[in-house]
Amino acid sequence: METIHHSRWVKISHWVITVSFLLLAFTGFIILMCHPRLYWGEVGNDLTPALFELPISRNYQHGGWDASVPFFNTAGSQVSASRTYDIFNQNGWGRSLHFLSAWFLVITGVIYLFTGIFTGHFRKRMVPTREEFLFRALWRDVTSHIKQHFGYNPKYNVIQKYSYLIVIFVIMPLIALTGLTMSPAVSAGYPVLLKMFGGVQSARTLHFFASVALELFFVVHVIMIIRSGFKQQIKGMTFGK
Amino acid sequence: MKRLPILTRRKAIITGLAGLGSLLLPGCSKPTPPTYGNILRMGDNLTYLAQRTLLPGQSLAKEYRFNDISSMPATGTTNPGIFNEEYSKLLQNGFADWQLVVEGKVSKSRSYSLKDLQKFPSRKQITKHCCEEGWSAIAEWTGVPLSAVLQNAGIKESARFINFHSYDGWIDSIDLYDAFHPQTILAYAMNGKDLPVPHGAPVRLRVEKQIGYKSMKYLQKIEVTDEFVDTGDSGWAWYTGI
Repeated sequence: METIHHSRWVKISHWVITVSFLLLAFTGFIILMCHPRLYWGEVGNDLTPALFELPISRNYQHGGWDASVPFFNTAGSQVSASRTYDIFNQNGWGRSLHFLSAWFLVITGVIYLFTGIFTGHFRKRMVPTREEFLFRALWRDVTSHIKQHFGYNPKYNVIQKYSYLIVIFVIMPLIALTGLTMSPAVSAGYPVLLKMFGGVQSARTLHFFASVALELFFVVHVIMIIRSGFKQQIKGMTFGK
Repeated sequence: MKRLPILTRRKAIITGLAGLGSLLLPGCSKPTPPTYGNILRMGDNLTYLAQRTLLPGQSLAKEYRFNDISSMPATGTTNPGIFNEEYSKLLQNGFADWQLVVEGKVSKSRSYSLKDLQKFPSRKQITKHCCEEGWSAIAEWTGVPLSAVLQNAGIKESARFINFHSYDGWIDSIDLYDAFHPQTILAYAMNGKDLPVPHGAPVRLRVEKQIGYKSMKYLQKIEVTDEFVDTGDSGWAWYTGI
C-alpha cells in the first residue's frame, strides 16, 4: 500500500513544533493558573470586572484582599487594595520556559512557512482542488467523517486540508501576534499591535482562545492518526521513505 | 564531473541562520547577565539580545488619558515597615529624613532627599503596568527621569548597569538602555498624590518597557556599575521585556 511521503524538512519541523507546542500548552496553563481571569481591553485585574473566570487553581475567586482605598475623592473612584492571600505563582520558570519554547516554535514555524511556500508544499498538498472547493465535496467529506470511514489515504481529504490551512495560516499567526502584543517592549515598538487586538487584555484573551483551538486540533489530530492507521501515519512522519 | 555551485536548500538555511547569528553578535560583545548554566536563563538572554537588536530605537510605551486610569492592586511587599525598623522610622516622619544614595561609577557619591528629587524637572506619564501574573492596570506616575539624576551625579562613561536596592530587601538592575529611556522615572507621586505605601513610598522606579516587577518599590540606594552585578538566580528572568 502506498504510504504518504513527507520531506525531511516537514518531518523535522513537525516534531520540533510538536514538542514546542506541548511545552507551550503546559506552561501556558501554569501561567493562566496564576491569574485565571480573562478580560477585554487594556486593563484587567482583581479589582476590575472579568469577562470570565476559570476555576483552575486556588487563586480562583480567592477573595483575600484588604479593604480597598480610593485613589480619588469622587464617588465610584478607582481603588487600590493589597492581597492578604498567598497565591499560586509558578511564573518564574513558567514564563521563561514558555518563551524558550516560543523561540523554537517561531523560528521553526517561519522556516516551515517559507520552505512550504517556495517548494509548493502548501499549494500541492493543502490548497483544495477546483472540485474540492464545491460545497458538495465538503459535505461528502463531512458525512464520510460522521460515518467514521477513516481509511488510510496518502492524500489529504477536504476537511484535513481546511483544518491544516486554518491552523497554519490563521491560528498560529494569531497566537504569535497576540503573544507579542503582551510584551511591553514589543508593543512600545509596534503600538499597532495594541490597536489591532484592542488592548493587552484582549490580546491575552484571544491568545487563550487560540490556544484552546490548537489544543482541540491536537486532540482530534491524534485521534485521526490512530483511527486512520497509526503505524503507517507515524512511519510516514518519522523514518518512512 | 565538476559540481555546479548550486545553492541548495540546506545551504540557504545554514546561511540564513549564520546571518541571524551575526545579527546578534553586536549584542554579545556587551556584558550580558549570566545564564547559571541554565537553559531557561539562556532563553531569557536570547530574548534580551533579540529585543535589543531587532526592536526600533527608544520607542515610548503607550501613554493614556486621565479617564483611562484604573483600579490597581498592590502586590509583592506592601509595607516594609513590618520587618524593617529603619523604614518604619522614615515612614513615621513622613519620609522627611529619607535619602536616596547614588554611588558607584559616578563622579562623586551623592544622596538626594525627596525634596531634592522634586526640584528636578518632573515627568508625568499615564502608563500601563503589566504584571507577570497576567493582570494590567493604568495609573498616572509623576517623578524625575532617572537619566536626569544619573547625569546630575556625574555618571561615568564606562557605566553599563544601574543597580537598585530597596527597603524590602530586593536588589535588581537594568541596563543603560532602559535607564536612559525617557519614560524610566523615579516616581514620587501616583494619580496626583504622594506615592502610597502599598505602591512603594516614598519613591519607586518605573520601567515602562518591562514587566511590572522591574519597577521596584521602596528605593533606598542606586549603584552604578561597569559590569553586571550577579545577585544569583532569583528564579525570575532578569530581563522582562516580554
